[in-house]
Amino acid sequence: MSEAPLKILIAKAGLDGHDRGAKVVARALRDAGMEVVYTGLFQTPEMIVEAAIQEDADAVCLSILSGAHMTLFPRVKELLDQEGLQHVLVSGGGIIPADDMAELQALGMGRLFGPGSGLEEIISYFRQEIPRRRLARKD
Amino acid sequence: MSRSAQLVERILQGDRRAAARAISLLENHAPEARAIAEGLAGHRGKSFRVGITGPPGAGKSTLVDGLARELRKRDRTVGVVAVDPSSPFSGGALLGDRVRMGRALEDPGVFVRSMASRGTMGGLARSAQEAADVLDALGKDWVILETVGVGQSELAVAAACDVTVVVLVPEAGGAVQAMKAGLMEIADLFVVNKSDRPGADEMLAQLRETAHYLDREGWKVPILKVIAIQEQGLEALLDRLESYHAWLQEGERLEEKRLRQAALRIRDLVRARLEERLWLDPEVDAVVQENARHVLAGQLAVHQAAINVWGTVRERLTELEGI
Repeated sequence: MSEAPLKILIAKAGLDGHDRGAKVVARALRDAGMEVVYTGLFQTPEMIVEAAIQEDADAVCLSILSGAHMTLFPRVKELLDQEGLQHVLVSGGGIIPADDMAELQALGMGRLFGPGSGLEEIISYFRQEIPRRRLARKD
Repeated sequence: MSRSAQLVERILQGDRRAAARAISLLENHAPEARAIAEGLAGHRGKSFRVGITGPPGAGKSTLVDGLARELRKRDRTVGVVAVDPSSPFSGGALLGDRVRMGRALEDPGVFVRSMASRGTMGGLARSAQEAADVLDALGKDWVILETVGVGQSELAVAAACDVTVVVLVPEAGGAVQAMKAGLMEIADLFVVNKSDRPGADEMLAQLRETAHYLDREGWKVPILKVIAIQEQGLEALLDRLESYHAWLQEGERLEEKRLRQAALRIRDLVRARLEERLWLDPEVDAVVQENARHVLAGQLAVHQAAINVWGTVRERLTELEGI
């Protein structure tokens, strides 16, 4: 099972139409052999979590450039937990100040990637983190 | 109760998380896959299965979105399996069908699963149909399989449904291109999407002429003009699909069609098993390589090489399987 391709959901949440970053990451992950589901723009946390359920995603990645990260990340995590999907990694990136990143990680998010992050860094993080979570998965 | 039996039980109770999990286990050929497939065996065949295929950019996802919403208006639940190609270089895939299905996705009566083709021989047909079986057991009234019509296995998936819809666009290069792509042979219904664009009427005329010669045991293959993004022609499309469904249910038609398809599925699985056993077998591979060298050196015709390999294959099968 651990050799099955990693399945990553990439979503743009809320009123934020800037998706170049999300698309660059999506392509890089595909080129690293992962199966990437892209949801498109203007998704609500509820829609994103429903997509994560239906797609049985290993990770939900949010790209947020609107400043709403302190609302959207915790809400997605909360909904995932309510659905019993504690194993799903919540990660992503955007314009997120370091203090906020630390706070979000304390709330259960995985690593978040700000401007200047390398694609290789993101890829190797998923390759390390997701197989571990798959093994810990109970369902 | 085993884990697989629990999953099947939860699927039958309508648990979409269990369905999503089961699809992954089937798709990844996990150890539980066989038990899940067996558990589902008695619960398939209730949904009406629609295959939708056509060239990239024909608007299939938008059409599926519209069709799903039209079905919901008629109070039917919908499952969708949307297949996108895997990269032959990295094995990864970018699955973007959800982007175009935004509106239908807001409805809890719609379940959409994206699937990468993964490029294994016969593997796609197997995974996509097994995913459809799961959505069938989940209680979806209609299950739609959407594939990009650019390869034999992608066509096979759409053709393995109760009804196959081929979606074309005016700029697709005319009916001859569709014929070359093998799309004409499998269509029970044609949709000319984006039919407000130039060339739509020519496309329609060409299709009518070709469809005239298609033998579908008395079913006259409809050709419909649709503008999916403007929701034009979707009601008519669903009406035609409903009449095809009714037509299939007359006499033994549906049963006979499904019987042929079940036989195909069995043959596909046997062929996949054979190929796995044979082409990955070091002894067979050595004989293939040796014969290939002789062919290249001009010492042997390809046909004779195949006969030589066939001899080895027969010996190896007897040894491997004790036949």
